[in-house]
Amino acid sequence: MPIAFILTAVVTLLAAAAAMSLRNLVHCALMLAVSFSGIAAIYLQLNAEFVGFTEILVYVGAIAILIVMAILLTRSGETPDKSVLTSGWMAGIVVTVFVFVLLGWAVLNSSALPQTMAPAPHATVKNIGDVLMTKYVLPLEIIALMLTAAMIGAVVIAYREEAPKTKREEGIPIPPRDSLLPPPSPTGEKA
Amino acid sequence: MTPLQICLLTSALLFATGFAGAVTRRHAILVLVGIELMLNAANLNLIAFWRFGPNPEALTGIIFVLFSMALAAAEAAVGLALVIAIYRHKKTSNLDEVKELKG
Repeated sequence: MPIAFILTAVVTLLAAAAAMSLRNLVHCALMLAVSFSGIAAIYLQLNAEFVGFTEILVYVGAIAILIVMAILLTRSGETPDKSVLTSGWMAGIVVTVFVFVLLGWAVLNSSALPQTMAPAPHATVKNIGDVLMTKYVLPLEIIALMLTAAMIGAVVIAYREEAPKTKREEGIPIPPRDSLLPPPSPTGEKA
Repeated sequence: MTPLQICLLTSALLFATGFAGAVTRRHAILVLVGIELMLNAANLNLIAFWRFGPNPEALTGIIFVLFSMALAAAEAAVGLALVIAIYRHKKTSNLDEVKELKG
């Protein structure tokens, strides 16, 4: 294994650890983007070029930005004063260590892993497209349908307007529902 | 260690990092970030097995990872929409305070 792979893996893992442990959520999202870029570099070194570039497009380009947007929309951009860990975090660490020890033991002791290294395959975009349009065309259509449903669902969930009789407007007179003005919002929130 | 084992150990460490974040962090978005890291670890495993497996010409690993990425993107979109909806409803995204399903 070349030294470049080890370095990429170390950078990826350090960025992932930082993304999970920093206090400021915006920093977490940026370290997550670094970690995704490292994973894309690992894919490139494993001869999976198309997957590597897809990783950059989908994860670094879309999901990291989506997470930053969600952080800003929920007003969590500042560093919190209180603890960032849940009440039962010790148990979580214990379970994590157990899971990692189990996985590492299985990887190091399994006899099912292939011992010989196959020659580098060539997965060109043409090959992938051929397979995707012939053998896997039904899963492709299903995944397209599912993405459409997920997009509509996300819009419906996030767009829902509250009835203006919730607790946050105590003491403020409630305008009639058919008023053209939006309901008063003490926090100046915008949907 | 063979190269495959190095890949698998990297992936196991990535999975453990994501799992630790998902179960210990208090903010709902960080839990989603942990889940994304775990999904990426699984994808890395699939690519490693495709690369070092006996029959890489079939491209099954690559196709599986592409579909898995599409699913992860859908999951992230719906999950973040849920976090935003919960924040609007409860004015918090602290998971210790969001305990009941009934609003």
